[in-house]
Amino acid sequence: MTMAMMTYLEAIKKGIEEEMARDERVVIFGEDVGGVKGGVFGVTKGLAEKFGEERCFNTPLTEGQIGGLAVGLGLVGYRPIGEFQFADYILPAVNQLISEASRMRYRTKGDWTAPVVYRAPYGGGVRGGLYHSQSTEKVLFGQPGLRIVTPSSPHDAKGLIKAAIRCDDPVLFYEHKRLYRLLKEDVPEEDYTVPLDKANVVREGEDLTVIAYGMVLNHALKAAETLSEEGIEAEIVDVRSLYPLDKETLVKAAKKTGKVLLVTEDNLEGSIMSEISAVIAEEALFDLDAPIRRLAGPDSPSMPYAIALERAFLVDEDKVRTAMRELAEF
Amino acid sequence: MSIETIKMPHLGESVTEASLSLWIVKAGDQINKYDPIAEAVSDKVTTEIPSNYTGVVKDLLIDTDMDVAIGTPIMTIETADAGKSPSENGNGKAAKMQTEEFIDHLNEEIDKAGSQPIERTTESVNRESALHSDKEKGHSPRYSPAVMRISQERGIDLSEVEGTGKHGRITRKDVLQFNPAAKPEAGMNTKVADTVAKRKQNDQPDRMPAEQEHAHKGFQATEYSVPADGIRKAIAKKMVQSTTEIPHAWMMVEADVSNIVALREKTKDQFREQEGVSLSYFPFFVKAVVQALKKHPVINTSWKEGSIIYHGEINLSIAVATDEHLFVPVIKKADGYSISGLSREISRLAELARRGKLTSADMQGGTMTLNNTGSFGSIQSMGIINHPQAAILQVESISKRFVPTADGGFKAADMVNLCLSIDHRIIDGLQAGRFLQTVKDNLNRYSSEEDLY
Amino acid sequence: MKKLEASGLTTEEIIQAYRTILLGRRLDERLWQLTRIGKTSFNISGQGHEVGQVAMAMAFQPEKDYFLPYYRDMSACLVWGMTPKDILLGSLGKEDDPSSHGRQMPNHYGSKEHNIVSHSSTVSTQFPLATGVAYGAQLKKADYVTLTATGEGAANQGEVQEAMNFAGVKKLPMVFVIENNGYAISVGVDEQYANEKMSDRGPAYGFPGIQVNGNDFAETYLAFKKAADNARSGKGPTLIELMVTRLTSHSADDDHSIYRTKEDLAGLREKDGLTLFEKQLIEEGYLSQEELKAIDSDLRKEIDQATEAAERMPDPTADSILDQVYAD
Repeated sequence: MTMAMMTYLEAIKKGIEEEMARDERVVIFGEDVGGVKGGVFGVTKGLAEKFGEERCFNTPLTEGQIGGLAVGLGLVGYRPIGEFQFADYILPAVNQLISEASRMRYRTKGDWTAPVVYRAPYGGGVRGGLYHSQSTEKVLFGQPGLRIVTPSSPHDAKGLIKAAIRCDDPVLFYEHKRLYRLLKEDVPEEDYTVPLDKANVVREGEDLTVIAYGMVLNHALKAAETLSEEGIEAEIVDVRSLYPLDKETLVKAAKKTGKVLLVTEDNLEGSIMSEISAVIAEEALFDLDAPIRRLAGPDSPSMPYAIALERAFLVDEDKVRTAMRELAEF
Repeated sequence: MSIETIKMPHLGESVTEASLSLWIVKAGDQINKYDPIAEAVSDKVTTEIPSNYTGVVKDLLIDTDMDVAIGTPIMTIETADAGKSPSENGNGKAAKMQTEEFIDHLNEEIDKAGSQPIERTTESVNRESALHSDKEKGHSPRYSPAVMRISQERGIDLSEVEGTGKHGRITRKDVLQFNPAAKPEAGMNTKVADTVAKRKQNDQPDRMPAEQEHAHKGFQATEYSVPADGIRKAIAKKMVQSTTEIPHAWMMVEADVSNIVALREKTKDQFREQEGVSLSYFPFFVKAVVQALKKHPVINTSWKEGSIIYHGEINLSIAVATDEHLFVPVIKKADGYSISGLSREISRLAELARRGKLTSADMQGGTMTLNNTGSFGSIQSMGIINHPQAAILQVESISKRFVPTADGGFKAADMVNLCLSIDHRIIDGLQAGRFLQTVKDNLNRYSSEEDLY
Repeated sequence: MKKLEASGLTTEEIIQAYRTILLGRRLDERLWQLTRIGKTSFNISGQGHEVGQVAMAMAFQPEKDYFLPYYRDMSACLVWGMTPKDILLGSLGKEDDPSSHGRQMPNHYGSKEHNIVSHSSTVSTQFPLATGVAYGAQLKKADYVTLTATGEGAANQGEVQEAMNFAGVKKLPMVFVIENNGYAISVGVDEQYANEKMSDRGPAYGFPGIQVNGNDFAETYLAFKKAADNARSGKGPTLIELMVTRLTSHSADDDHSIYRTKEDLAGLREKDGLTLFEKQLIEEGYLSQEELKAIDSDLRKEIDQATEAAERMPDPTADSILDQVYAD
């Protein structure tokens, strides 16, 4: 297997590029996605040139339209990828995502389907203020018919976007924008996919279980290395499949140590971790050795801009490490 | 030919009743299926109601302008069977069935269900196993975190608790209600659990305890039976053990406690302010008894297989009655307390008993019992000794009486009867008499505020 | 002068059009009856839209053109290939209902077989979808045309503007129709929009907007024919505002007599496209009064048979509740 060093962003782009080359039904569009710019983060840079302006194109600033355009293309056999420039901007499209994409298959019992992918950069820590920092995945969480996934490594980014494009269900693909250029690793150059419905145990340990995704998962991994020197070994699970959840893997990991720390950079209340907590409470009660703990942002409406406020909101490596140590010692 | 009923149709989301504004047909009219029969009015709509049958109108069942619930029969119609719609003929699987057919169908379904158990989904099986007590499988039982916490807080040995939950699981309630002093034998407990389980199955959940339920029912002219709960059965067993094993002897003396009444009257308000608990008479008696036991250790004993055990500590059991049960918490090392200290300790234990929060540790190790029977107005009673102790003293109610004075006159005095039950295997009348005399002397001594502290 | 002749349709085609228009009316009447008997829970009808819808749909090629309808479009769906039984299966919530297999409320039409795309109840969500279907034709270099419809109230949704704007930018091969019956449930047009005409919005997005009298069969047919031809030949989209009449309450849950004036209600029959069309057919010599009656009698029988057949069909079974939530 040949490997190539790639950032998280390059891995996503590589995945899309490979799928567009492999299947001409794959088209991609959004605000600034086509032309020479190739997206505000550059994920689609060069794709218009390579595959033509018809398959990689700009849309007007109309997110509802992006949502519905994808479904319509899916209805007539295409594999569309709609990009929302920021996950914050997905809100005008929620009606299309919930009323149309997530229900098309069910409301026609499979006669019509919506095999579409929606990409959305999410997450904070980029001085993005209220509307460029949010974790909006919870808004679309719990909509049967719709899948939500997010990679936390370049390897998964490539495999997961390829799986999402090939999937016959609508898939919401969340990309952590701080990870875009922060993470770099060897990624197979070959064709491979990562399953859309499986969580991933990324580190094994006996003392506590940390469940997370995105930036905070990477914080947990780093914290685990330093805690290891103190004799604390953490089991770390990347949720990866945000909806539907891979309950089996999550519950198994919770049972393994009996001490569960759920980390998200979303608000504390009503995040996806709240549901994971409920699942563990239902399925793993007798194996619990400590109350389930959630570590999250405060319940302020999104992440503020000023540096002191942003830091106060963000779950950083120190906060994760402290919470992990406290739980291990409980 | 058959008679069919037409009902008030559904007339809009959320509409529950409607009326007719007009009957378009009358009895005897020949009508076709879908012909309008009446005009109906609901909160949302005004509309014609079509007939669902071809036939002759028989009876109009409601008057116009009368509000009736959706689904109320409004008209009957005599139909030729041939005129029935396919659904009424029962051709379609989805057809609306007639009542009799429906009942037959229901019975068939029940029969089927009886012979072929419904296969449970994997998910529900998994859920089941998460809650399952592994007792049957021979593993150690699993307790919910809540059960573990409560049992640890109260020092309860969970192997002594019989579970009333699914598959015999110990529930939070089981631990909360567990009374180690009243621990009955396994057989009996099983019956209690059975009864509870049966009640749970037969009735709505969360029934009141048997006695409470009884009280709520009030008197009934017919005889009825209520199964005793676990604690009541435990009390019963203990009482039988005490009366059959211990040869009881009784003795009563009367004491003049005018000095205590006066002292309490004088100090109670300030005491309450300073100590945060009210000053009752009972701690004075406890103090007097504790002091007397120091002098008469034979009272602070137990009979054990031909020997007399003289206890090295004075741990005084005090009887506390709640509405439902009698609890006997223990004042440990009672000789270490002043009257005010006893006051606080008694108050603490009584409060725990009332809230059902006594732990087994609170009720263990008593060496003699003091029973405040005066609190419910008794002036004379025969206490049953709290096995394996050797004595119980009943403190009766204080009442004003005329008593002779040394100079041949009379005075009004606050008098109390003290009734002592003794284990005659250990204690004789003489020892009992001397003990009671000491108690009386002690009571006599409390006269100033200093005696409280 | 035979005005209907101007449509360019043959006598047979015009008589067939009348049959479909009357079928739409009688079938809708049956759906109301089933609601009032209690066999269905709801009905929302297109009575008063039939002439316009049938003329509109006949201007397309249903074997390849796509239709993304809204809930009053039953008559157009009949032209596109759905049968009375298909419609009845939907209202009765039967397993074989081609629209949704018993999952959606009545009148949410769809059929994979006939290129009719299922729609939601949150009005006008089909507009952005229609642009996707139409963009697919451009990508495939296929010559199908996409038609999508909504009412004049629902046409104010943001997604309608987003979709029409995109269609204008991409010159998509499609036709938008706003069926204007003057009422959005109880709210009249003066509270819905301030344009003189809804069709004025077409030019705002860079393509033609035309208002047509939906009670005039030939006028409507010709307008849509031109719009469909333009779309097919790469000239881009057209918006057509179809002026129609709402003869009934908004739905089975509504009573329009509380918000429509007596004069308005009394005048409805004169504005009923069906009656006007029948008059025209007699005047222009296509059919006699007796022939009209004979067609009506045939259609009533056809509907009775379809009702019985649909009622006999099985309901969905409870164990199918989770079927087709996801692929596999």
